[in-house]
Amino acid sequence: MIVSFKVNGEGRVANVAGAESLLTVLREEMELPGSKNACEQGECGSCSVILDGALVTSCLVMAADCEGSEVTTIEGIGSEGELHPVQQALLDHGAVQCGFCTPGFVVAAAHLLEQDPHPSRDDIKEALSGNICRCTGYGAILRGLEALAGEGS
Amino acid sequence: MEITRPTSLADALQARGADPGADLLAGGTDLMVEVNFGYARPEHVISLRRIEELARIEDGRIGAGVTWARLEKSRHRALAQLSRTVGSPQIRAAGTIGGNIGTSSPAGDGLPWLAAADAEIEVASEARGTRRVPWSDFFTGVKSNSLESDEVIVAAVVPDGVPENQEFAKIGQRSAMVISTVAACVMRHEDGSVRVALGSVAPTPVRAYRAEQLIADNPSPSAAVLDEFARTVSEEVSPITDHRSTEAYRRHAAGVLSRRLLERCLAR
Amino acid sequence: MTTSPTTTRRLRGGVGESPLRPDGIPKVVGNFAYASDLHAEGMLWGATLRSPHPKAKITKLDIGPALAFGGVVDVITQEDVPGRPGFGMHVPDQPVFAYGECNYWGEPIAVVAAHDLDTAKLAVKAIDIEYEVLEPLTDMEEADALDSQTRRMKIRRGDQDAFGAVVVEGYYEVGQQDQAPLGTEAGLALPDGAGGVDLYAVSQWVHSDHWQIYPCLDVAPEQVRCHPVGMGGAFGAREDVSMHIHLCMLALRTGRPVKMMYDRAESFVGHVHRHPARMWYRHEADSDGTLVKAEARIILDGGAYESSSNAVIANAAYFAFGPYKCDNTSVDAVAVRTNNPPAGAMRGFGGVQTAYAHEAQMDRLADELGIDRLEVRRINALGHGDNMNTSGQLIEGSLPTAELIDELAKMPLPDPVASTDPRHLPGGTGLTTEPGHVRRGVGYGVTLKNLAFSEAFDDYSDARISISPIGVEVYTAAAEVGQGLVTVIQQLVRDVLKMENVAVIWSDTGVIGSAGSTSASRQTQMTGGAAYFCARELREQILAEYGGDDLSIEGVWLRGELIVTLDEICALQPRQHEIRYRHPETFATDENGQGDPHPAYAVAAHRAVVDVDPELGLVRVVQVDAVHDVGKLLNPVAALGQIEGGTAQGVGLATLEELVLEKGVIKNPNFTDYLLPTFLDAPHVEVKWVEEPERWGPLGAKGIGEPPTISAGPAVAAAIRDAIGRHLYRVPVLPQHIVGL
Repeated sequence: MIVSFKVNGEGRVANVAGAESLLTVLREEMELPGSKNACEQGECGSCSVILDGALVTSCLVMAADCEGSEVTTIEGIGSEGELHPVQQALLDHGAVQCGFCTPGFVVAAAHLLEQDPHPSRDDIKEALSGNICRCTGYGAILRGLEALAGEGS
Repeated sequence: MEITRPTSLADALQARGADPGADLLAGGTDLMVEVNFGYARPEHVISLRRIEELARIEDGRIGAGVTWARLEKSRHRALAQLSRTVGSPQIRAAGTIGGNIGTSSPAGDGLPWLAAADAEIEVASEARGTRRVPWSDFFTGVKSNSLESDEVIVAAVVPDGVPENQEFAKIGQRSAMVISTVAACVMRHEDGSVRVALGSVAPTPVRAYRAEQLIADNPSPSAAVLDEFARTVSEEVSPITDHRSTEAYRRHAAGVLSRRLLERCLAR
Repeated sequence: MTTSPTTTRRLRGGVGESPLRPDGIPKVVGNFAYASDLHAEGMLWGATLRSPHPKAKITKLDIGPALAFGGVVDVITQEDVPGRPGFGMHVPDQPVFAYGECNYWGEPIAVVAAHDLDTAKLAVKAIDIEYEVLEPLTDMEEADALDSQTRRMKIRRGDQDAFGAVVVEGYYEVGQQDQAPLGTEAGLALPDGAGGVDLYAVSQWVHSDHWQIYPCLDVAPEQVRCHPVGMGGAFGAREDVSMHIHLCMLALRTGRPVKMMYDRAESFVGHVHRHPARMWYRHEADSDGTLVKAEARIILDGGAYESSSNAVIANAAYFAFGPYKCDNTSVDAVAVRTNNPPAGAMRGFGGVQTAYAHEAQMDRLADELGIDRLEVRRINALGHGDNMNTSGQLIEGSLPTAELIDELAKMPLPDPVASTDPRHLPGGTGLTTEPGHVRRGVGYGVTLKNLAFSEAFDDYSDARISISPIGVEVYTAAAEVGQGLVTVIQQLVRDVLKMENVAVIWSDTGVIGSAGSTSASRQTQMTGGAAYFCARELREQILAEYGGDDLSIEGVWLRGELIVTLDEICALQPRQHEIRYRHPETFATDENGQGDPHPAYAVAAHRAVVDVDPELGLVRVVQVDAVHDVGKLLNPVAALGQIEGGTAQGVGLATLEELVLEKGVIKNPNFTDYLLPTFLDAPHVEVKWVEEPERWGPLGAKGIGEPPTISAGPAVAAAIRDAIGRHLYRVPVLPQHIVGL
């Protein structure tokens, strides 16, 4: 089945065989492996994308149902030459260890700061409570995002 | 696999009527877990995401397609409270109250509120039109309900007179993104009578009718009555021991939570 | 005239700074290649048939229906293993596939290779297999009684008849923790067209994989090359072989690249877990709190195969009593073999389990004597020049236990709960708890861990350094699992060579010798040490050759003048040097566990502050204050990250994380019910360092990977006990335990 939707601003066409997830299509068909597959049940946030303006886990989105949608993945947030402020903040504060959760955190944090540029510490924690990090204990992630949230406030 | 993406309820009902074996897809947060782990292999999916009629919040009526993210701002206090505890922000952005009703998990976060509100589930089919099922008839067991194979869940119908004084609480072992081990919802009417509903302590959401009667008889309960109230709730539930908790703990916590919620209602 | 680099500008990114990690940018933009991201032209996908029973005879196994499946290229079982039938970290006791019988739930039986993953998974279901289900052995005490074990450890030190004025006894249990790295097992094998294979699969130690793989394939060692690859965490889960042999077999048989990736449910049986433990303790002390005697009986459940159980049980035994002086000790420890999923390495490696017991015992002792709980630890603090309480080994390196305790005591306590924001209360946004329901507790965990490998193991790391005018390359087969070894190597080499451009080249088993495992808190000292000392030797060689007194990217200097440029030095080829770095020799102990088994130790002291809702049994870990023995702080940000992350894993085991087994079957192999700490569960962590250099390793630095995980959990458990005023014998501490139901 042919499904057409926008990914990172670009019209894309996917050939979808069954009920596979958007995550599978992004990774295996569209050569966008930045969204990570860690749990495939929406319990870790590593595959977070923005779908029609909402932050969702792409593992729980049926690709066949994406017809006409707009998706932003980690690849659409920033690039090596042009980092998003969230990416720079995480780097600067040592918030990257194994890095497997990092794309999901970047997408979720970028989405949060778009909704609320100056979230409190508790709001940052709650907004990112769907993203699991097993390496850092979240301290460095919090310091990075708090620094960003404090800017210009 | 085939997918139908109706944009109106009528089209959805027609598709459902034509293929009662089709899987309904709303937020995907339950169905896709089954798909990803190979437990479900849908042949025909009807996506309900594009049906504007299902996404409406009206007086006394919450469309089945309304997401938890929207219900976090509900004017019903306890509904807003529970919505904040559903899964993660990502799950709340996708998952819907209709999906919660349809899955009918004993741990469904929205179900105790529906039970306390004495809500009806509005369902529809092309063949027989619309019917409203009281919550207590709708939920029939663990992940089972009385939805017919040609029907679609349309809305939760909230009766007039649901009190503003309502409280919800949920116990999970973790601070976020957790399945409830016990959930409770208490609503207190102007006349002092209460409705007490619990989740995760029986195959379906349950009401603690004897405990409710106790408060109806004692609208300004003493500490001793509150103790008895908690004890009664504990007696009225029928939890199990599983990998998430134990029967004894759930029984105990159901009483404690209900008492705390009643105290909060009494303090308002 | 060019003047000496040492006087003109400061080197950037050296020791003591926290330079950006070189893999940081690819990781934040999503470009970093993990094993699960690898692709090769024409590759096949593998999927595994696993035993649905903890113990069963396989009465029928017909792969025909799977082979007949469209898109299936090959199906392999134990009958297809060309060489040695089994593998294992220490002994090859685990068959490549279950053959004739299954010994644990999830044991691999066959692997299907197909054109795509979906087909491979469907074909697995088509395999025709029948079982005769047998009664599994799943209780560790029953296994002990049946003498079903992989290793028994006995320690007898000092006077076994000694007695003290007070006696405290306790029984303790630790549930089974999973490493739960976010990246699941994944790998890609590429046939080389000449009978050999290149493997890119998750690993903490590619050489150990190599030693286990090639005998099973019946090929020459050099025909298998194991490559380091990007992975989403490890924590011990990547130390054992999982899909590695399967991938290599399929690549060699089909002549095509083969990829596998476990899903989360499969990952929970695809790697070994932390050993669950049962422990019986007895401590005796004088009335002033001085320990007189300590006794322990310890059982760890190793599951169906040995893995690293024999090293884990040794650690549990040697570190049974923590960093406290005691001359008279006795330990009987056993790793039993059962039909539970195999247990092996996880961060803390045997020390985590016993830490819960010995720290609870120290609290009981303090309470019995009416002494402050931290004071009883200070009175007995073990240090440099003392003898280890179990092995009797003289502690020749640094061990600043008393200093850590003193530093911890000085740290301010957090304010009492003052907020009605549910996110500051037990139960969180579940709105279960109001401030009036909360009781605060404070608890301590002071613990000890060995650094690097023990008991006469020939522990080494090979590193090669190449200098050219462009910069420095460091070749190592060490595994970077996220901890930041890459940055530490760069910093150490920059410092020695005064050259900023240092690249770490992760090298396969065909290119360089073993770096040992990324485990046992050892890589900063071992591979950091290998790189550091290799750089020093190379520098000395070059200086000696040209008669200089300093070296930098410009060239060789003498008394502040450049005497030869690096271009000239490297005119013909880059300058290279390679070394094999070893720590001080260790020895096997005698039949009473006495001797010199360990090269070094690190101590950690944690204080946890928790808020508990006793009526509902809910806990919020408010803060953990941590003092760490780091020898020399090489990279403050990376060290902080290790301590915060390790602490979160300790908090996880203390309050949330447990694989629930029912008759050998894991009931919660998913992230819905195996609960990892979320952002709202992780406590605030305050960290202080004590720098007392170790006698070996680069600049006296010590490993810090494991100590925080060992200390944090016991501190949290103690704080919960303190809050409710009652003993708790088991972790994770669940709501029903606190309520007493």
